[in-house]
Amino acid sequence: MAVLQFREALRDAIDEEMARDEMVFIMGEEVAEYNGAYKVTEGLLDKYGFKRVIDTPISELGFSGIGVGAAMKGLRPIVEFMTFNFAVLAADQIINHASKVRYMLGGQASVPIVFRGPNASAGQLGATHSVAYDSMYAHFPGLSVIYPSEPDDAKGLLKSAIRSEDPVLFMESEQMYGLKGEVSEEDDYIIPIGKGKIKREGDDVTIIASGKMYHVVKQAAEQLAKDGVEAEVIDPRTIKPFDIEMVIESVKKTNRCVIVDEAHPFGGVAAEAGFLIQREAFDYLDAPVQRVTLPDVCAPFAKNLFDIWLPDAKQVIDAVNTVTYRN
Amino acid sequence: MAKNKQEAVFTPIGQNHSKNGKFEKSVDLPPATRKKHTTLGLSDDDVVEMFRLMYLQRRFEERAMQMYQKGKFGGFLHLYIGQEAVSTGTVFALNDDDDIITAYRDHGWGLVRGISAREGMAELFGKATGCSKGKGGSMHFANTEQHFWGGYGIVGGHIPIGGGLAFANKYLDNGQISTCFFGDGAVDQGSLHETMNMAQLWKLPVVFVVENNGYSMGTAVKRHTVGEIYERAKGYGMKHACFNGMDALTVYENMKEIADEVREDSEPYFVEIRTYRYRGHSMSDPQKYRTKEELEEFQKTDPVERIRQYLLDKDVLEESDIEEIENKIEEEVLDAIDYAEESPSPEPEELYEDMFAGTPYFHDKK
Ligand SMILES: Cc1ncc(C[n+]2csc(CCOP(=O)(O)OP(=O)(O)O)c2C)c(N)n1
Repeated sequence: MAVLQFREALRDAIDEEMARDEMVFIMGEEVAEYNGAYKVTEGLLDKYGFKRVIDTPISELGFSGIGVGAAMKGLRPIVEFMTFNFAVLAADQIINHASKVRYMLGGQASVPIVFRGPNASAGQLGATHSVAYDSMYAHFPGLSVIYPSEPDDAKGLLKSAIRSEDPVLFMESEQMYGLKGEVSEEDDYIIPIGKGKIKREGDDVTIIASGKMYHVVKQAAEQLAKDGVEAEVIDPRTIKPFDIEMVIESVKKTNRCVIVDEAHPFGGVAAEAGFLIQREAFDYLDAPVQRVTLPDVCAPFAKNLFDIWLPDAKQVIDAVNTVTYRN
Repeated sequence: MAKNKQEAVFTPIGQNHSKNGKFEKSVDLPPATRKKHTTLGLSDDDVVEMFRLMYLQRRFEERAMQMYQKGKFGGFLHLYIGQEAVSTGTVFALNDDDDIITAYRDHGWGLVRGISAREGMAELFGKATGCSKGKGGSMHFANTEQHFWGGYGIVGGHIPIGGGLAFANKYLDNGQISTCFFGDGAVDQGSLHETMNMAQLWKLPVVFVVENNGYSMGTAVKRHTVGEIYERAKGYGMKHACFNGMDALTVYENMKEIADEVREDSEPYFVEIRTYRYRGHSMSDPQKYRTKEELEEFQKTDPVERIRQYLLDKDVLEESDIEEIENKIEEEVLDAIDYAEESPSPEPEELYEDMFAGTPYFHDKK
């Protein structure tokens, strides 16, 4: 095991895949000369040159589509967005083209492309820089969505994403790039897309969270343990495919579940997982499933409002207290 | 200081815009080439084949229209009738492995790039034997094996993808160029401008081609876009051209030069080909936005009639030879209709096929 920052784990994954396969290249705003807005691509230009590490203009729609076309001809583009908040301008390419081209042409082309970058909020950045897009993209058939929480997951899953024959959205967090964690030193370390991970075992309640919210939940679980409540924490790691089997198995053991989701409540991961749990484990539930999400309101700037807006450990503990009838 | 108050007018009505009873045409056609096919490097067989392909596109669509009206299939049906010289001149100008991508008005493009009348008609009918297995329909003909990357339904959406095909060709250094066709309506989309900027900046071997057929649905070109379309290229320092698209030889001559140049120096080109759509935008278009006079004027320059007459004038074929070709095509198209009718619909399991190249995953599929 090596201790790496999240960004280093991502960089290693990209570097290894670029070394392995000439067809892999990376493009995006500031990825080359500037070494990446968040330094994920640092050093890659020096190593691979301007052909494979490409600075783009601020044209999310245009360069995403160039990526899609290149993928259709057999290249394996990694398209970096400065954040997924800006990828909204490329939604036509991701949603209408990357995910649909293969189907509508009757299987005559495929689109092996990775769209990656930070997702969701990163402090007081205001309404347009703070949205979590994982469940929105998970809505669309044909797209895989990955939102890892720790460097090890990030490395193994990004390598899988780059090798995928189909489009993948890989989501990170500005606030986690410096996060350190142990990363497997296994040669060619791959984590299959669609497999969750039980990151803490417990019998009293199942808590589900991915990405940045995993760390909020981790904090909450430690606090709860002091009060004698042992939470089982599941990090699905991929939002789509969603590892519902792992969740159901855990809920059958704990009989209670809280889902923590960094998106707004309507139609998010929490809504979908919650529905599946009530259908698949109805007889096992000792309490209605609870969720902790953003409220249905834009991200505010003011510090005090922002702190109310973003889910925190206290909200998670409250929800656990509700499902364990400790409130 | 009272100013004369005028009601704001944003898009003046098209048809009533006539001057002294003379109508204003939606597109002005530049003159056609005067060169003979032999001077252009085309053999007699080549022009005969051009005629054959153009007549095939015409009859395929005329019959498709009848079938649509008879209720044989549903969905959208956008006809290319009137624009066949563009597809035909272009495929003769390109190498067989050069890429073509276009919008939803794509039947003609499919037919000139290897989709048989049978596969095309079956696609319209939504049959398993269609070129896209009945998954795409009229708007999504494709034959990627012959480098026809398909028709796309989001106006302007396929333009960056056309740029991406060129990017891949440059990356792979394979000597192929890519050509991306779209309507005058798509000129107004940001996707074009983002892609043109990157194409020029990165010197992508791509030809962007506007098939200016006078209208974006019911909106005449002058009512939806400013200035001359081809001049947009100037803002990007891009090479550009504008020529007549009602004559296959003119399209061939120009596209050949352009394709050769793009292949040679790997720099993009922006081309406006002036043409005309004889039918409505789609099948549900009463065409109130244009005059009968205008349509009749452009019908005098019918590209299929023109090449037919050319073959006779230049003594390449006699009337009887032409009739033989026409009869054969008529049979081919009628056979295609039978084939489409008799072909099976896709099996229900097909609903879940062709989504993924890798491991399939369908959320909550029992
Ligand atoms: C993004 C988008 N907006 C609107 C439409 C609806 N629409 C389909 S075709 C069309 C007109 C496009 O005209 P043009 O680009 O000139 O092509 P033509 O139909 O003349 O071939 C419109 C508005 C669409 N398909 N996509």
